[in-house]
Amino acid sequence: MHFTKVTVFSICLLPFTWMVWQAMNQLLGSNPVEELLYQSGGWALRFVLIVLAVSPLRKLTGWTTLLRFRRMLGLFAFFYASSHFLVYFLLDLGMDFSFVIEDIIKRPYITIGFTALVLLIPLALTSTKGMMRRMGRNWKKLHKLVYLIGILGVVHYLWLVKADLLEPLIYAAILLTLFAIRWFDIKIPLVTFKKKSCTGQPGVSVVSDETA
Amino acid sequence: MLIKKYQSLREADVTDYPLYKRRREFIQAGLALTGAALLPGIANAAASSLTARLPGVSQSDKYQLDDPNSWEDITTYNNFYEFGTGKRDPSKNAHTLRPKPWSVTVEGEVNKPGVYQMEDIMKWNSLEERIYRFRCVEAWSMVVPWVGFSLADMLKRFEPRSNAKYVEFYTLVDKKQMPGQRRSVLDWPYVEGLRIDEAIHPLSMMVVGLYGRELPNQNGAPLRLIVPWKYGFKNIKSIVKIRFTDKKPHNTWAVLAPREYGFYANVNPQVDHPRWSQARERLIGQSTLFSSKQRTLMYNGYGDEVAHLYAGMNLRKNF
Repeated sequence: MHFTKVTVFSICLLPFTWMVWQAMNQLLGSNPVEELLYQSGGWALRFVLIVLAVSPLRKLTGWTTLLRFRRMLGLFAFFYASSHFLVYFLLDLGMDFSFVIEDIIKRPYITIGFTALVLLIPLALTSTKGMMRRMGRNWKKLHKLVYLIGILGVVHYLWLVKADLLEPLIYAAILLTLFAIRWFDIKIPLVTFKKKSCTGQPGVSVVSDETA
Repeated sequence: MLIKKYQSLREADVTDYPLYKRRREFIQAGLALTGAALLPGIANAAASSLTARLPGVSQSDKYQLDDPNSWEDITTYNNFYEFGTGKRDPSKNAHTLRPKPWSVTVEGEVNKPGVYQMEDIMKWNSLEERIYRFRCVEAWSMVVPWVGFSLADMLKRFEPRSNAKYVEFYTLVDKKQMPGQRRSVLDWPYVEGLRIDEAIHPLSMMVVGLYGRELPNQNGAPLRLIVPWKYGFKNIKSIVKIRFTDKKPHNTWAVLAPREYGFYANVNPQVDHPRWSQARERLIGQSTLFSSKQRTLMYNGYGDEVAHLYAGMNLRKNF
């Protein structure tokens, strides 16, 4: 298990390593700040969607091991969203607070993106096993925010594009598919195995079963 | 990577000093930062090969600026949706465009309509290099050494009539040559227009080259417009038709999003795009990630020459 976790962790860190590598070697093209914003934002959104996909994937495949990575995947979503914000604040705006405040107030797509980041903070802070136990049922309620974060992330992307909506619409379609799987509780035969394999991991099973 | 760069540098260094200089700086910065010379397998941006030299290009006395952007920046960071919507797409995809032979159809309120061959158009005027600021509506900018001639010198040959109040330009439509047109991201053909007094302003330019060389396809070969006090999208590329009219033209971006893009599109730091600020711009081609943005100038810094064209107009309404 430990080995698998280290492997997954390393894979999740690859996009970040790649961004740093590109930056150090001037491989980001003519507008490196824009490119970093695009890549970090893309990975933040992808990790939110991956987290949202964990439970439907488990339902479809019965592969419960997936649930053990959900916390890590969620924290990576927060990590990439924070990187995205830091690139925007440090490099794009040159750490100017008046610009960031003006943007957050006046530019709706930034308002929405920033809201998504802020909503990720309590989820990251309460991601520990201790917090899960202490919060009990409220933990589940709080962590349902990730649905909203997914929607905000996709809208943030849709709203900033000039004319070519193709890529953000692909994310929107993925998000809608994930929601559909949840809402209509689409089942395939494999699901019958799920109860059996969910035992023996109290800390995780609190989250795993019907949270999402 | 650097080996490749060095070869293209040698090809260019004798004749194109600014290009040479920029490449030197780029390579030195790269070496200083990382020693990237040890990693030859990793390519930089999309390849941008040099085009043929244009003979007989004189330098403009008036329009000179320091530190123009590199050939690399100008030819690999483009908005030309006919070849894809990503900034690097045009440099990768525009090889399918055939700029020779080329002709331009002239119609509307003129005494001399017709189909004019590009090789004849090239003979009408001597070529001049002018270094202009270029400001995209997306809040980035470059400094570009264009080669071409005054738009006025071209238009007067067609003898516009007195009711020619506007001039309209059309880009080629050809899904084979312009693969981006297979998707209707924009309403093809791309159309732009100018008021006739804007069109005959001495700053307005018909561009056929860059850095003393033929215009690369991704920059709008063989013939494009440059109106340096307006946002980049006014500068229509690969022009196949010019039409003189008494009605205000419907330019492509204004049709797509009338709240966001106007007919005039004059660079104006006080009038924001509905979704982003126009007060500052990112100058492309700076050596570090930490360079800050620069202030955007009214009329992109050409206010002394063009502000009178818009005297008394509400610039918030006529954006």
